[in-house]
Amino acid sequence: MSHRAPEYVPARPRRSAWRRRQAALRTVLAALVRRRSGVFGLVVFGLLVVAGLVSLAWTPFDPEATDVHSAWLLPLHGGHLLGTDRLGHDQFSQLLAGSRETLLTAVAAGVLAAVIGLVLALAAAMTPRRFGAVVVQLIDILIAFPVLLLAMILAAVYGGSTVTAIAAIGVGYGVVVARVARGEIASVRQTDYVLAAQAAGARTGRIVRKHVLPNIAPTLIVQLSLAMALAVLAEAALTYLGYGTSPSVPSWGGMLAEQQAYISARPLLVIWPGLAIAITVLGLNLLGDALRDASDPRLRGEVA
Amino acid sequence: MSLLEITDLTVRFGAKTVLDQVNLTVEPGERVGLIGESGSGKSLTALAAIGLLPDEAAAGGSVQVAGTELLGLRDRDFTGIRGEQVAMVFQEPLSALNPLMRVGKQIAEPLRLHRGLSRSKALAEAIDLARRVGLPDPADTVRAYPHQLSGGQRQRVGIAMALACKPGLLIADEPTTALDVTVQAEILDLLGKLVADQGSALLFITHDLAVLAKVVERVVVLSNGEVVETAPLEDILHDPQHEYTRELLRVARAETFLPPEVTT
Repeated sequence: MSHRAPEYVPARPRRSAWRRRQAALRTVLAALVRRRSGVFGLVVFGLLVVAGLVSLAWTPFDPEATDVHSAWLLPLHGGHLLGTDRLGHDQFSQLLAGSRETLLTAVAAGVLAAVIGLVLALAAAMTPRRFGAVVVQLIDILIAFPVLLLAMILAAVYGGSTVTAIAAIGVGYGVVVARVARGEIASVRQTDYVLAAQAAGARTGRIVRKHVLPNIAPTLIVQLSLAMALAVLAEAALTYLGYGTSPSVPSWGGMLAEQQAYISARPLLVIWPGLAIAITVLGLNLLGDALRDASDPRLRGEVA
Repeated sequence: MSLLEITDLTVRFGAKTVLDQVNLTVEPGERVGLIGESGSGKSLTALAAIGLLPDEAAAGGSVQVAGTELLGLRDRDFTGIRGEQVAMVFQEPLSALNPLMRVGKQIAEPLRLHRGLSRSKALAEAIDLARRVGLPDPADTVRAYPHQLSGGQRQRVGIAMALACKPGLLIADEPTTALDVTVQAEILDLLGKLVADQGSALLFITHDLAVLAKVVERVVVLSNGEVVETAPLEDILHDPQHEYTRELLRVARAETFLPPEVTT
């Protein structure tokens, strides 16, 4: 690629905080769209949001309507873009409607994981050493606990639903985020500017708000996007196993579970939701990577 | 009563003793230099004087600031001491400033903490401080981020931040080591002038005797965590008692007065 490295223009003083924040956001976005991975990630995430929104108002067919007269149709037959399954469900409509569940889980579980991770990491890194060491042990123990097992336990107690899936995924990946964030916080805590703030008389709460959180924000954003990608995958897996979203709600994992019995007769029926899941996860992962590079001024100039 | 009184301070990391029975006093308004090679325990002594020894350090003895014992003091009780009675200037001016915070806010931080000033009043005060430490265009400079300033300007910010609440004692830990020579001289002059204006005491830490000679009245020589000599500056320069002090003097002379040999 023959892109020119962007010139680094330092933010001029005398601008309002709001305008400076806008400028910073524009810098990051500009760096993001210069990367193919960033563009791909943005497009995938954008399509997911658009699909979810559109499916609320319109789908080509009712995704839940059964029609035995148009069962087992191949793609582009009878007006069905991606064909139908044994009950005549329009696959394209199901994919569109299923994206809502994927988006909801990705965002809710991702945010939950980020919040849990941040709280645990602060508890581990900003408290007296002995207490912090206990929290670190707790994080290590929780990391060893499989997310799927946690989801199954929750499903066994409360019944499988989107909410139990979100809770299990959020807690499961929250501890992973916690471990990364703890390291990051610990290294910020070692910096001279935190020491200088302490020497100026700032106490822990102020140091966390003014110094630690702003400086770990890029790492946290990247972790959030990775947790979202993992959440998509885990939600599909849980639903496929019958521990997630109920079969009456359209979802990609549910489609997989439904069609797997006919995989040799109608492989396409499994490929559509499988492809949707794979592309979404890939897109979120690439978005996370590009976002990390774009938010780091030292990496921003290079073109991927 | 001395402003800072360190008595028999011993600091250990595990089995390793890094400070051994250190005694050091600073009277109000006095300028004391603490000199020693790297690893001699200078910076640790400085951190002890402001109550910021690392968690894993085991400290014994006594560190008193204006009569308050710092060893074993709870975090919340430090609030009236750090930044208000004792303040500190750090060695690396870039790493000692938060890269994401405007320098004006950082100068104003102690004022907001201790004087309870409003945002706008603290900013006005920060601009005034920026002027006093000789930052160009103070009203504009306070809106800059640390990476937009030069090394000398950053250190001026550090000094402004430390002196904001007019502390009785200013600790300067190698404040000129990271700067080039011409800027060093300016910063030393500035420190000396401001400390004299405010009547603050100064504890100046360095490994460089040539620098020390410009700012202090009395010198404490530290070697391997032990105080080997304490004397007025004149005596240290002209009549050093300890072998280690003589060695420091030799090194300082060699660096300051002899040009490097030119081979053809």
